[in-house]
Amino acid sequence: MHALRFVAKRLLLMIPILIGISILTFAISNTIPGDPARLILGPKATPEGIEELREDMGLNDPLYVQYGRYMGGILQGDLGESTYSQRPVLNDLLRYTPATFELTMFAMIVTLLVGIPFGVISASRKDKLADQFTRVFALLGVAMPAFWLGLLFLLFFYLKLGILPGSGRLDGGMAPPDYITGMYTVDALLTGNWPVFYAAVMHLILPGITLAAVTIGMITRMTRSSMLSVLKSDYIRTAYAKGAPENRVLYGHALRNGVMPVITLLGMAFGHALGGSVLVESVFSWPGLGQYAVNAITYLDFPAVMGVTLLIAIIFIMVNLIVDTLYFFIDPRLKHD
Amino acid sequence: MVRRITSSPLTLLGLIIVLIILVTAAFAPVIATHSPTEVDLLSKLEAPSAEHYFGTDEVGRDIFSRIVYGTRISLRIGLLVVAISFPIGTILGAIAGYIGGRVDQFIMRITDIFLSFPGIILAMSIAAALGPSIENVMLALAATWWPWYTRIVRSSVLSIKHSEYIEANRALGANPFRILFKEIVPNAMAPATIQASLDLGFVILSAAGLSFIGLGAQPPSPEWGAMLSNSREILREAWWAATFPGMAILFTVLGFNLLGDGLNDLLDPKQR
Repeated sequence: MHALRFVAKRLLLMIPILIGISILTFAISNTIPGDPARLILGPKATPEGIEELREDMGLNDPLYVQYGRYMGGILQGDLGESTYSQRPVLNDLLRYTPATFELTMFAMIVTLLVGIPFGVISASRKDKLADQFTRVFALLGVAMPAFWLGLLFLLFFYLKLGILPGSGRLDGGMAPPDYITGMYTVDALLTGNWPVFYAAVMHLILPGITLAAVTIGMITRMTRSSMLSVLKSDYIRTAYAKGAPENRVLYGHALRNGVMPVITLLGMAFGHALGGSVLVESVFSWPGLGQYAVNAITYLDFPAVMGVTLLIAIIFIMVNLIVDTLYFFIDPRLKHD
Repeated sequence: MVRRITSSPLTLLGLIIVLIILVTAAFAPVIATHSPTEVDLLSKLEAPSAEHYFGTDEVGRDIFSRIVYGTRISLRIGLLVVAISFPIGTILGAIAGYIGGRVDQFIMRITDIFLSFPGIILAMSIAAALGPSIENVMLALAATWWPWYTRIVRSSVLSIKHSEYIEANRALGANPFRILFKEIVPNAMAPATIQASLDLGFVILSAAGLSFIGLGAQPPSPEWGAMLSNSREILREAWWAATFPGMAILFTVLGFNLLGDGLNDLLDPKQR
């Protein structure tokens, strides 16, 4: 019951944030220099024609009326029409979201599988060679321009060695698996389509690791510092004193407490990966939200840019909600507050 | 202070890197071997050599010289963005923490809204709306960066506000604004200042990313992100065009990170 109340409270708190987000995106849309009506009608427009279109588009209404219309549209899933693809922005977003979600999830899995053990090893070998190595690695990860790392990966693994694919989600000419989630690896797995599954995983490796480099650095550093403080505590000394094997102490006793602050960082890491996907997708021609946004910027397609911005913000706060709920379930102390 | 900086090898390394960057920016015309924008089609796509340390691009511009001049652009972006967002963020944070109540709630809700976007996404949409240029990228980054300072300063103001020496000041009847600006703000600034030195690197990184997707510096500007974006066209022929500008970004961000981390350890008494 506590948990339900916690989630309900968090969902209620999201409402003002969502309204705030919509006000901010509305404000950004309104800073676009130039008159949209003039842009649509082109250089030969007459002042009367422009005025008529402004009236039709509702541009002469007071700002709060325009905002109300914008908000009403969002609530009905109307994000405007992409001026480039000529389709409703929402349709485009739904098409491109699974690819981005798949890439980001893959990067997060890699991050956890690498970042947490690295952090634990680093903390347990404090100031030894393994620690120094891991710290430099994490530092480089945090300072790394992901889009540059992507270019280096392309140069080395794709152009020079030719062992990994460098663009797209599947080999050329390969049909995507039957649509279930839109994530090719998951769909191929569910339908037992092994050749497609293999190709989809191979295509994920380079962009996924590129995207994970920064978050691995973040998670490694957090795990290390949190483990360092846990390892100093009395119960760890007791565990060692009664002769428990080191791996059991580290991964059985210490990690359980040491991983708590790491979980709070997960939401932020996910947001970072979502943001990074804009750059990384454009390096690897990964047909997701990021590449869609970059194309939209190139073609001055503002409804599309704002649609991506809004959607990514919503995904980001949903992920944070999930992370907080997870934390609530894992940390028994919170249930009694 | 100086001895403590030099006693930590990583902080010292950060300091050296930052100094190298500053010197490079200041003396770019002396250090560069060629013009950063001059086209020389006879020597296009040349590999690194004694003549062109980092090779040349598809129109024969010297990549080393472009990177040297690019230092000026990146440093200017980093400094200006921090110079705009830092005062806005710290003043709002000080007000929120000191006054509290509804004012605090209002300011913090606004920062929550800004922070519910991944930073680069919000900056991307603002820069896209304003139109592609370096100045607009700086504005967009400043607009997304200030809430971090607000949060940091607010929480340090809150912790100082209830300390005994502030209570003593208040008991003596000091003017509340005097207490805020003479006693609390100076003491609350340290964490925000450290964050600012870390941010110089991260702002440069973000600006390069925005230029990479075509929003910031426009060709032929020798901005590092724009150079990397351009290098994609010649990735097969010229590995050097894609390699060195990224190294410059990594080196710069690393320098400011190491220095910021070192300052953090210095000022945090628990770490001593």
